[in-house]
Amino acid sequence: MLGEQIRSVIVEVIAQIVPDEDLSNLRGDIRIRDQIELDSMDFLDIIMELRKRYGIEVPEDDYIQMATLDGAVAYLEPRMAHL
Amino acid sequence: MDYDVLIIGAGMSGLAAGIRLAYFDKKVCILEKHHRVGGLNSFYSKDGYKLDVGLHAMTNYVSKDVKSTPLPKLLRQLRLRFEDLDLCQQHMSVIKFPEKKIRFTNNFEFFLSEVAENFPSQTDNFQKLLKTISEHDELSLDAKPLSARQAVSSIISDPLLVDMLFCPLMYYGNAQEHDMEFGQFVIMFKSIFCEGFARPQNGVRHILNLLVNKYRDCGGELRMRSGVQSIRVSDGKAESLLLNSGDVLTSDKVLSTVGHVETMNLLPNSDATVSKHEVGQLSFTESILMVDKQPSDLGLETTIIFFNDSDRFSYRKPDSLIDVSSGVICCPNNFFFREPLPDNMIRLTNLANFDRWNSLGEEEYKMQKEACLKAALEAAVKIVPDFRDSIIFTDMFTPKTIYKFTGHLNGAVYGSPQKIRDGRTHIKNLFICGTDQGFLGIVGAMLSGISIANLHLLRDK
Ligand SMILES: Cc1cc2nc3c(=O)[nH]c(=O)nc-3n(C[C@H](O)[C@H](O)[C@H](O)COP(=O)(O)OP(=O)(O)OC[C@H]3O[C@@H](n4cnc5c(N)ncnc54)[C@H](O)[C@@H]3O)c2cc1C
Repeated sequence: MLGEQIRSVIVEVIAQIVPDEDLSNLRGDIRIRDQIELDSMDFLDIIMELRKRYGIEVPEDDYIQMATLDGAVAYLEPRMAHL
Repeated sequence: MDYDVLIIGAGMSGLAAGIRLAYFDKKVCILEKHHRVGGLNSFYSKDGYKLDVGLHAMTNYVSKDVKSTPLPKLLRQLRLRFEDLDLCQQHMSVIKFPEKKIRFTNNFEFFLSEVAENFPSQTDNFQKLLKTISEHDELSLDAKPLSARQAVSSIISDPLLVDMLFCPLMYYGNAQEHDMEFGQFVIMFKSIFCEGFARPQNGVRHILNLLVNKYRDCGGELRMRSGVQSIRVSDGKAESLLLNSGDVLTSDKVLSTVGHVETMNLLPNSDATVSKHEVGQLSFTESILMVDKQPSDLGLETTIIFFNDSDRFSYRKPDSLIDVSSGVICCPNNFFFREPLPDNMIRLTNLANFDRWNSLGEEEYKMQKEACLKAALEAAVKIVPDFRDSIIFTDMFTPKTIYKFTGHLNGAVYGSPQKIRDGRTHIKNLFICGTDQGFLGIVGAMLSGISIANLHLLRDK
């Protein structure tokens, strides 16, 4: 999977967790939690959904890299390249 | 291993935890000793009437567009939609004391105006209290306990207002006699006054069906009539569960919702740990009365009345079988339903003493139930118009009933006053959630299950 695909996968996962949020203008360089209503439980769910769908493990120490959309794409790209 | 996680108890907390685990592909099984789910908030039928054990109202009601409070959080976590709960809002509730009453609805501004009107001298103090409440992090899992009586009395100088604020919050979610932990006060204050009351058209059955269906859809397994007799331990790890049927099940982790001491009692040689932990004392009688007209036609217009008829409000285990000097009067018909409920019902809740009820012989127990129901009714009709001539059916249950059906020691509805916020026990793969973890009530119990599942059971593979 490539960068843009991964980006849309993440947005799709977020949409599933917070279905009422408008995600069309989500910026890549700002913390996701600063743009939409997403608490720590929801954030954990993004990680959990990625594991459920693609079997990707994100260790707790790496959560910080997932805070922005750009960061998450960069982090996941090597890990999802084979998918 | 037979399972990744075994859950003891199919009450609100066990079902919610189960959904989280099953959704994320854990192999999970819930074991319930009763033939019905729900535990402290289950349902039953008698003389053709469909009755809820507990449900007066669900707390924490907020409209669909609010996102950051417990109810919407819970829905997101369980992948349920707001509409799925089918919630109908309350009409109006009231706190009624001898000299004063404060009414409240699901509109917080109205409550503010009621407080201001009845306690004009406390207006500034009340604002201060609201500020303290909004700044408190009540969901922190490692907060130090603090006396709410002290904290609130240091801000509100009129003891009557203090008592009136505590009355509904204690009745709907406090395990401690006389006082309340401040974090718990804040949780209940928000869930009742800032948020509000609602009820599904079909009562607790609706909520339980929703949870069970979701759990099963996610692949979770549920075994009824499967009481857990003991937890087998080796090397400080829970290894397997022995069921009353003689079956033995193994799992990587165990989550118990049956209470802390109750769980410890399932362990071999439990005495040392158990003796240090407080057992809950607060229990209630619940009287259910069917009447031949809509409660509103009998002059009962309010949804829930929290009353106190003595000098000071006293929340404690009474010395006698029941204490009718304070209580809750609930009219489940008085919500904005899409269509009227099939039955007209009034429910009364009073503080009660487990030991007293438990020590009675069978005949005496029956007689005392009748006598106490009569006393509870006499006290209630001092608060609301006399509806006794309209009663066509009565049922009453006691702390003994609650113990019998849910296994909670002393029939303690809100469990032990000593809560274990992080859900850990001295056994490393055994966790607790529900009543004794500390988030109480229907919404609280579900959040408790979710929080502990997230914290301990979901993160590793
Ligand atoms: C009369 C009454 C009125 C109430 N009214 C309201 C209300 O209006 N609104 C509100 O929000 N809350 C109300 N509550 C409180 C609410 O019902 C509880 O806080 C909540 O249901 C607790 O859920 P739980 O999962 O923590 O515990 P429980 O429901 O007790 O779950 C524990 C489960 O474990 C099972 N179990 C016990 N021992 C074993 C064993 N050894 N093996 C297998 N299974 C076992 C029990 O049968 C039970 O099903 C009321 C409670 C009562 C009693």
